[in-house]
Amino acid sequence: MLKVEEQQPVQFSSALIEKFGEIVKRYPEGKHKSALLPILHETQAELGWLSSEAMDKVAAYLNIQDIEVYEVASFYSMYFLKPQGKFVMEVCRTGPCCLVGAEKIMDHLENKLGVKEGEVTADGLFSWRGVECLAACGYAPVLQIGPEYTFYENLTEQKVDDLINDLRNK
Amino acid sequence: MGRKLLLEHINVPGINTLDVYRQNGGYRAVEKALKTLTPDEVVEEVKKSGLRGRGGAGFPTGMKWSFLAKPEGVARYMVCNADESEPGTFKDRYLMTHIPHALIEGMIVSSFALGANTSYIYVRGEMMPQIRILEKAIAEAKNAGFLGKNILGTGYDLELYVQPGGGAYICGEETALLESLEGKRGNPRIKPPFPAIAGLYGCPTVVNNVESIAAVVPIINDGGEEYAKIGIGRSTGTKLISASGNLVRPGVYEIELGLPVEEFIYSDEWCGGIANGKRLKATVAGGSSVPVLPANLTLKLANGEPRLMSYESLSEGGFATGTMLGSGGFIAFDEDQCIVRNTWNFSRFYHHESCGQCSPCREGTGWMEKVLHRLEYGLGKMSDIDLLVNVAKNIEGNTICPLGDAAAWPVASAIKHFRDEFEWHVNEPAKALKTNYGLANYAEPIAKAEVTTGN
Repeated sequence: MLKVEEQQPVQFSSALIEKFGEIVKRYPEGKHKSALLPILHETQAELGWLSSEAMDKVAAYLNIQDIEVYEVASFYSMYFLKPQGKFVMEVCRTGPCCLVGAEKIMDHLENKLGVKEGEVTADGLFSWRGVECLAACGYAPVLQIGPEYTFYENLTEQKVDDLINDLRNK
Repeated sequence: MGRKLLLEHINVPGINTLDVYRQNGGYRAVEKALKTLTPDEVVEEVKKSGLRGRGGAGFPTGMKWSFLAKPEGVARYMVCNADESEPGTFKDRYLMTHIPHALIEGMIVSSFALGANTSYIYVRGEMMPQIRILEKAIAEAKNAGFLGKNILGTGYDLELYVQPGGGAYICGEETALLESLEGKRGNPRIKPPFPAIAGLYGCPTVVNNVESIAAVVPIINDGGEEYAKIGIGRSTGTKLISASGNLVRPGVYEIELGLPVEEFIYSDEWCGGIANGKRLKATVAGGSSVPVLPANLTLKLANGEPRLMSYESLSEGGFATGTMLGSGGFIAFDEDQCIVRNTWNFSRFYHHESCGQCSPCREGTGWMEKVLHRLEYGLGKMSDIDLLVNVAKNIEGNTICPLGDAAAWPVASAIKHFRDEFEWHVNEPAKALKTNYGLANYAEPIAKAEVTTGN
């Protein structure tokens, strides 16, 4: 597992704060809470996950209660409430993907990376999990990697191996 | 080849850019609507077209628009539902990736028709690449004067923004989407009031699917009556079908509604048949939420006539022998697929995606997943099969939003049509773990007696 320095205060970069400012402009006056989901995405893209300290800072920025951020972050499956690998490989596990071998791809990932679903490799590089339908059923099996959610389609075990090698050398 | 209205220029290099899109007739609908039509005339064309919501419900789009409340001095909102997450459906992703301006042009015309000056495209968060594509296209459109203040000198103002979701199937339900767009959990609202009266920020709002909005462009260009000439009966126009599963050529196809299902599956023009030389066992014709049908009832109606890809023909026979067009997510299962396993898989999906507000759905989806899991893994009892039917019945109709129904129907229909396969899992658990039930009689002609015993 990664070492987590829970007490470390979270710093947002000035670039991140600037993005927040741009996002808030999209909504009518007084409706800035609408910015919460996009702001959480940007925060997670910078920090890798959403610690309670990070969420508290978002709440302060939007001038809403901390709980309003927690309840949203815990509802949506894209937000990570604990540290992840640098590359989170998310494999679609829903019906159409399973008809053409998604379960084999997940078994292969588990063997190849040597960690169970949701765990992080010792070098901190990878974690993986099954996720629900990614709306790419015609190119199944598929996996995605955030924060840009790059897509890898028509997966085979060989393609997964190549992808892992490429990411290791990044 | 059938007529293409949405994907006509899909293979033109650079069609994702404003310039190439315009060279191929793009933004004519904006010019025509804003310069020569009144908002009410645009609504009238959409009504005449017979366009029905392409997200899954199939409600007439023009009628939905006509319900919009227009109190003085209150803002109205147009919101595009691009939270595509119905298993088996990937057409909106395709459209937004390749022809983003078709959606943006449709949004401008639709927003004009409804008198909205701020509009949002709510895109599921996982589609970050598509969000970037749309943002770039919006910037291009704004530079060219199709968005912003005083569009084309007509005095009409529109700002268009892209909003990412957070990964929640439920946000495809329009009131959950609006909650999410307000920065909250995606809990569907109790209706009434409907969004047309009190939607985003309590203001009158219309929410339409990506494909419905894109279809407004050809409707305005050619006229609603021309659009209505395509298709069959009350299924007018073209429909994007997402084809997946065990097909030779899965992918997104634009069909004229009314195409025979058999032709769609087997013709080389479309899916090219079942992959690896196998035989068709079953289909889910309209996304995971619609009833699953065995091969025989997929290809033919109970009376032996060919089944067509249309709202009416797919639902012919009700839940006894029919299904629904839904979102057009067409999933094909070959003879080696296990219906019990797939039903369990879908149940897990609905359990995972239930927002948890209504007890029948929150608890029932979990129970169905659990019972189906033990049936699939050789630990089921014969009474489990009727237990599943019972749980499904107690979810259906007892929830705030349609997710409960969507979770119940796949289970109920799987047991209805494939009960012998479920029983086999109970009687032969060791075998069921190693092999599968196969095609059985699911592709055989229907016996008339069987047809009449629907519930």
